[in-house]
Amino acid sequence: MHKIFHFYGGVHPKESKVSSGVAIVDAPLYPLYTVPLSMHIGAPAKSLVAVGDTVLRGQQIGEPASFVSSTIHSPTSGKVKSIGTCLGPAGTQLPCVVIEADGQDTPADPLTPITDWRNTDPAILRARVAAAGIVGMGGASFPTPVKLSIPPGKTIDTLIINGVECEPCLTADHRLMLENPKMILEGVEMVANMLGVQNVFIGIENNKPDAIEVLTKEATAYTAPAIHVVPLKVRYPQGAEKQLIYAITKRQVPSGGLPADVHCVVQNIGSSCAIAEAVILGKPLYERVTTVTGTPLVAPGNWRFRVGTPYAEAIKLAGGLKEGAQIAKLISGGPMMGMTVYSQSVPVMKNTSGILLMGPDEVKQYTSKACLRCGRCNDVCPMQLMPGILSVQIENERFDDAQSWHVMDCIECGCCAYTCPAGRPLVQHMRRAKSEVGAKLRAQKAAADAAAKAKAEAAAKAAGAEAPKADK
Amino acid sequence: MSDEAKELNKAPQPATAPAAPAVDPNAPLPPRHQLIVSSSPHFHTHSTVDSIMRWVLIALAPACLAAIYFFGFGAVRVLAICVVACLVFEFLSAKAMDRSNELKDGSAAVTGLLLGMNLPSNTPWWICVIGCFMAIVVGKMIYGGLGCNPFNPALIGRVALLIAFPVVMTTWPMPRIPASLAKPAEQVMPVASATPQHKGEQVSVMPVTTSTPLKFSKLARTELTGDKVLENSTIPIQKGEVSYWQLFLGIGKGGSLGETCGLALLIGVLILIYLNIVRWQIPVCYLGTVVIITGIAWLANPSAYASPLFHLLTGGLLLGAFFMATDMVTTPLSRLGAIWFGVGCGVLTACIRLWGSYPEGVSFSILIMNAFTPMIDRYTAGTPFGMPKKKGIKMPK
Amino acid sequence: MVTLVIIVVVGLLTGIAIALVSRWFGVEPNPVEEEVRNLLSGANCGGCGFPGCAGYAKALVAGAAKPGACSSQCAGAAEKMAKLLGVAVVHKEPKVAVVFCSGDDMKATRQALYNGINDCRDAMIVAAGAKTCAYGCLGLGACARVCPFGAIEINEHRLAVVHKEICVGCGKCVGACPKKLIKLVPKSAEIHVHCMNPVRGPEKFKACKAACIGCGKCVKTAPEHVKLVPGAALAEVDYGNPPPEALAEVCPTHALRK
Repeated sequence: MHKIFHFYGGVHPKESKVSSGVAIVDAPLYPLYTVPLSMHIGAPAKSLVAVGDTVLRGQQIGEPASFVSSTIHSPTSGKVKSIGTCLGPAGTQLPCVVIEADGQDTPADPLTPITDWRNTDPAILRARVAAAGIVGMGGASFPTPVKLSIPPGKTIDTLIINGVECEPCLTADHRLMLENPKMILEGVEMVANMLGVQNVFIGIENNKPDAIEVLTKEATAYTAPAIHVVPLKVRYPQGAEKQLIYAITKRQVPSGGLPADVHCVVQNIGSSCAIAEAVILGKPLYERVTTVTGTPLVAPGNWRFRVGTPYAEAIKLAGGLKEGAQIAKLISGGPMMGMTVYSQSVPVMKNTSGILLMGPDEVKQYTSKACLRCGRCNDVCPMQLMPGILSVQIENERFDDAQSWHVMDCIECGCCAYTCPAGRPLVQHMRRAKSEVGAKLRAQKAAADAAAKAKAEAAAKAAGAEAPKADK
Repeated sequence: MSDEAKELNKAPQPATAPAAPAVDPNAPLPPRHQLIVSSSPHFHTHSTVDSIMRWVLIALAPACLAAIYFFGFGAVRVLAICVVACLVFEFLSAKAMDRSNELKDGSAAVTGLLLGMNLPSNTPWWICVIGCFMAIVVGKMIYGGLGCNPFNPALIGRVALLIAFPVVMTTWPMPRIPASLAKPAEQVMPVASATPQHKGEQVSVMPVTTSTPLKFSKLARTELTGDKVLENSTIPIQKGEVSYWQLFLGIGKGGSLGETCGLALLIGVLILIYLNIVRWQIPVCYLGTVVIITGIAWLANPSAYASPLFHLLTGGLLLGAFFMATDMVTTPLSRLGAIWFGVGCGVLTACIRLWGSYPEGVSFSILIMNAFTPMIDRYTAGTPFGMPKKKGIKMPK
Repeated sequence: MVTLVIIVVVGLLTGIAIALVSRWFGVEPNPVEEEVRNLLSGANCGGCGFPGCAGYAKALVAGAAKPGACSSQCAGAAEKMAKLLGVAVVHKEPKVAVVFCSGDDMKATRQALYNGINDCRDAMIVAAGAKTCAYGCLGLGACARVCPFGAIEINEHRLAVVHKEICVGCGKCVGACPKKLIKLVPKSAEIHVHCMNPVRGPEKFKACKAACIGCGKCVKTAPEHVKLVPGAALAEVDYGNPPPEALAEVCPTHALRK
């Protein structure tokens, strides 16, 4: 049997992966798509279309506004109905383009397929990844081209593909691995070639033996470089970037650092597949596999949604609600890190890995009991922080103390709040502290920069003042 | 719909219907009721404060039953008075302090039961009530209630009584001896009644009272050091009158209600360790340290010091190590901290027992280590993932 | 006997040690500073711009500040201070905090039921507080908790209301509001436009029946007192020339009110 890799801490919530046996189905066309221009970390894309314009499927409708940004493509053919704002999963308004579908789904001219990609310059491939608007599809939605361009002074020797899917309930990556292993592996090899690395690992949690088997079998065909499929212990948050790198390579990403600091790059399964499709088929990223699940639903499953599909349509597709069932929470993402949304008009985005519904009886009422100091949060924190102490400090608004107890290292995985018997809102505390401390650090940095600038100016002035003296 | 969700839906209803979505007029809104928004995670374990306290009560049950077996109705009386008084004090102080009432979480009942187990079975009811007042009001509620108390409330109650009423707290009625071991009581405990005590400690001369075996070890040392020479004051265990097994089962051993039966306490703590309510590091390190220190003393001078096994099985050590030193609220958070806490308790207990003026040091040593808990937390804080290895948290400037 | 002697000797020695230490390390308090400090309110609200009352007293004695900056001291105390220090009082214009929102639960809608920590700043992390109007008061009382004078109350319909007669204008609540709805305005102004949402009138009226819809009625009635905010459907009181209380009657949504 394989060696099983894992990390410190973590929890094992009930998996509830009810839709793992349901094959991926292409979602039908909808009359109206709301495509946010900000489906990635960084600046929102700039719109390239105007109201009334006709667009085709796959046509570029948004261009990156800065280095950390992404390209946006139209999910179908039709007319631009309006350009405005829409509600995003975080409850904020996002700039968006509303496209009225014409029902024809006419494709735009695809990007030129690069069939001979093994002999293509990596720079061209990277440009293609950028042109196809690919972002990390695991949740954080970091633009992939930025990830694939190695920062100066850093070396990369390991590529890790994240097929862990440690969030309970979600099965989208699992189905993708079962149904599209060839495309995924092509994508993996592409990324490996772009980075020029020899060590390639695909990490999969042990609760998906079928996916491990399929990928291991298919991976034998790949030798340059060899792709290793690594079974991982079923433990949330195995799929967190830092924990995954540690489990596979035993390297610790330094506090405040990036995977590149330990010579690693982590890519999601979905992103690998999208990269391969963008290169081989010339298909930009305008659709993704999303799990729609939850106890109130009649038929949970996995669908390939175009971006911009409202959640309401996804819920309808899953058979709607059971007789007498009610939605208490509508969650974008999984149950451990997903965000609650309050409107079914929120659109599916490039990073929507799941749409989860919870009934009223599953919702836990917020309580504010005092910390019992049982120390369970301490045992499960994968970052080895002391969430109990931090939460008491934050409750009393002692953010400086929280900073010295390393609150900024928190990855908000939710293990502490999951396990807390007093039901304390630990993750919300951490988020609050991170925003407060982050604001303080930014202000300090701005002040330091200003001071340095003033000093440099003063020095320049002094030098300028001395120069005329020297002339005399 | 659960009660909780109903409560959420009862929030003030807006005067107007929820607004249509900002962009998409075709979306099927408004929903039948408003959705709930909250911070992640949306899954939680089933373990709650209530369930933890329930399990602690269950784990204390064997020791309570043993106490009732050994001391009869007196035990029932003391335990019942303590539990009821603690619940009443908790209720009243929550009312007086305008705090939400947490009676049903069971922590007050646990405190009451633990305090009761620390009292002799013939304690007058008013002393029980005073102890409960000290435990709940002074030991817990004035600090902010459950979770905020720096010291173990039950021990605050016990120590307060020990200082205020030393006579009552250090004389115990004779436990019942099982018929199978029907030796006359005097034979089991030859010095059971009316022994003059050393160092001016008061002791009642009621013939029904007996003394915890620990006193004998103390007396033995006193004899050796020549302060007072007493007849009959050798350690009974060395005379072969009481076997270690009998001490472990609590047969013929005087003491507080919960101190007698080691077996019952062990069963209880194993349940709690299995459920991850108690960190095994604390009892193991506590008992281990006591055994090592008393063992060294015993090996050095077996005639003056009792054997480590005798120390282990007598007095409140097992009760303290299993149920008092493992109280979540007043002990360190991390496992490493738990080890230090256990060792600290062990060192203090052994020192008080071997060289202190009190025969028993468990309560004091746990309370002293409770005070060290924040410091232990600070210095045993683990190195966060991705940090250079260095223990502890620096003091903020 | 020996014990008694030892205790007496130890006590004496300790007393001498304490006396010596206090002599060597003692800090001479400035009597004027003490007196000035006693004339301040002792609320340590920071409204004067100095770190607490002691900081202001120090600055006063050093001549770095003028009496009159303390808004929470008793009447006449500033004059006493000025006499003490031999300088003139520089009166600060009295200010009060105003919560620029009228959208309580009877008038403004909430998108969702928030289930979490009972503080506005924490609620902002979850779905941005879930109030339909992005500029609406969440009513969870972050401002009320930081107010050192207890001048802010969360009313029964979950809206923060400043009690003008208690507020001294220290400005602590201004930083506490995550939606930046609280501003310090001159105390002389009787009425304010209680809305900060700049979006189009019909759009915000859908979310809140008490929004300023930018109809301009007040501006037409009293153009010298009220003006429209450029680029937004929002009126604003001219605090240089505050309007009379009677002007509130023209506002159809009662956003312009006391």
